[in-house]
Amino acid sequence: MAAGGPEAPSFAAELARLEEIVRRLEGEELDLDEALRLFEEGVERLRAARERLAAAEAKVKQVLSDAAGTLRVEDFDG
Amino acid sequence: MGAGLDLFAALAPEGAWSVSAVTRRARAVIEGGLAPLWVRGEVSSFKAWQSGHWYFALRDATAQVRCVMFQRDNRRLPAPPADGMEVFVFARPTVWEERGEFRLTVLDLLSTEAGGLWERAFERAKAALAKDGLLDPARKRPLPRYPRRIAVVTSPDGAALRDILAVVGRRWPLAEVLVVPSRVQGEGAEEEICAALGLLGRLEGLDVAILGRGGGSREDLWTFNHERVARAVAAVPVPVISAVGHETDVTLCDLVADRRAPTPSAAAEAATPDRAEVLQALDHVGVRLARALEARAGRVAERLERTLDRLSGAAARRLERQRHALAALAGRLDALSPLRILERGYALARDAQGRVLKRVAQFPVGLPFRLRVTDGTVAARVTEP
Repeated sequence: MAAGGPEAPSFAAELARLEEIVRRLEGEELDLDEALRLFEEGVERLRAARERLAAAEAKVKQVLSDAAGTLRVEDFDG
Repeated sequence: MGAGLDLFAALAPEGAWSVSAVTRRARAVIEGGLAPLWVRGEVSSFKAWQSGHWYFALRDATAQVRCVMFQRDNRRLPAPPADGMEVFVFARPTVWEERGEFRLTVLDLLSTEAGGLWERAFERAKAALAKDGLLDPARKRPLPRYPRRIAVVTSPDGAALRDILAVVGRRWPLAEVLVVPSRVQGEGAEEEICAALGLLGRLEGLDVAILGRGGGSREDLWTFNHERVARAVAAVPVPVISAVGHETDVTLCDLVADRRAPTPSAAAEAATPDRAEVLQALDHVGVRLARALEARAGRVAERLERTLDRLSGAAARRLERQRHALAALAGRLDALSPLRILERGYALARDAQGRVLKRVAQFPVGLPFRLRVTDGTVAARVTEP
């Protein structure tokens, strides 16, 4: 079978949500509660994104195909 | 062969040689007297046999000679020569005994025309790709900005892979690199690359692929000029960056790929954002967040002030107290931590859906709700009206 994809939401989606939060805060007439809620969410997402960037260490795997065409993904230690 | 030329015997019919003996002798004389040499001439009557051997004649204004180039020698060449082509051959002169024919066994062949055979093969394959629209610039797909999975089709022990892994590790370690090993030159490389490219479509969550190898001679890079390989590149369902390690020679894979990079490192850079730049962008988002909230609080205070102007008496005094409180709060909305509103002892009540509860009517007896205070939330319930 095909190899499993990464589980974490894509970084692009995270950045898009952050951008949306900032835009709403900057543009829309929100009441203070809503603004505070968005702000909190934004701060939390920023923190998570920074952590992801800081902690990441590139994973390297190799894809092998056997005679029957079955794919196998294993750690690569070239 | 064996016996030397017996001049006495050859003088009389009784001493006649057999055809085999004389052709064998002629072959020995010619092979012994003419070491392999370069010959220049024009190709004619070219024919490639099923066996893979090539047969043709070389000629000039006054003479011609039959030539054979065996498959084991001609398979290194990108394309057969065409009739009329001016070529140099490196060949061993011999006699083909079965036909008693003087012949050149060609070991190598160069075209004297610009680019020669390589150019010819390249142009032919390129025309075929163009005909199918595979060179259309409109086909080129944009590369993803924040890739999660990057496939690299290359030799597992080459410098190209080392360079790519180093760049991805430095710039965008969030990505997972999937190495799809393949020989990139020599016998069988063409098939292996096509097979490797073919399985990319089965890798889940793949965002972009790099096809790469380090620099090499034109012969080494030729694998990437096979029409089959170029078509396999075009069929990959995600954007492909071709990095065939040569600044000057453009390969067919380069033309078909969504992006061409001059080196494997450059391909890895094209495939990834720079972590340092992304961190900077995040800092910028943080500043905007804080400013937006401050501005929001400021606007609420302004509105209150305008209302205040239109009121008087007790109502005005009450509003004024609120205005002061709010102004004080707004002033304290520290750019980095406006959550300090809560530190002042204020709390936000929210129901299970996260809606903020502001009025007594929103608190029926028994309602569970959550209070957000400065250092977290507490669960609460309305016990009496």
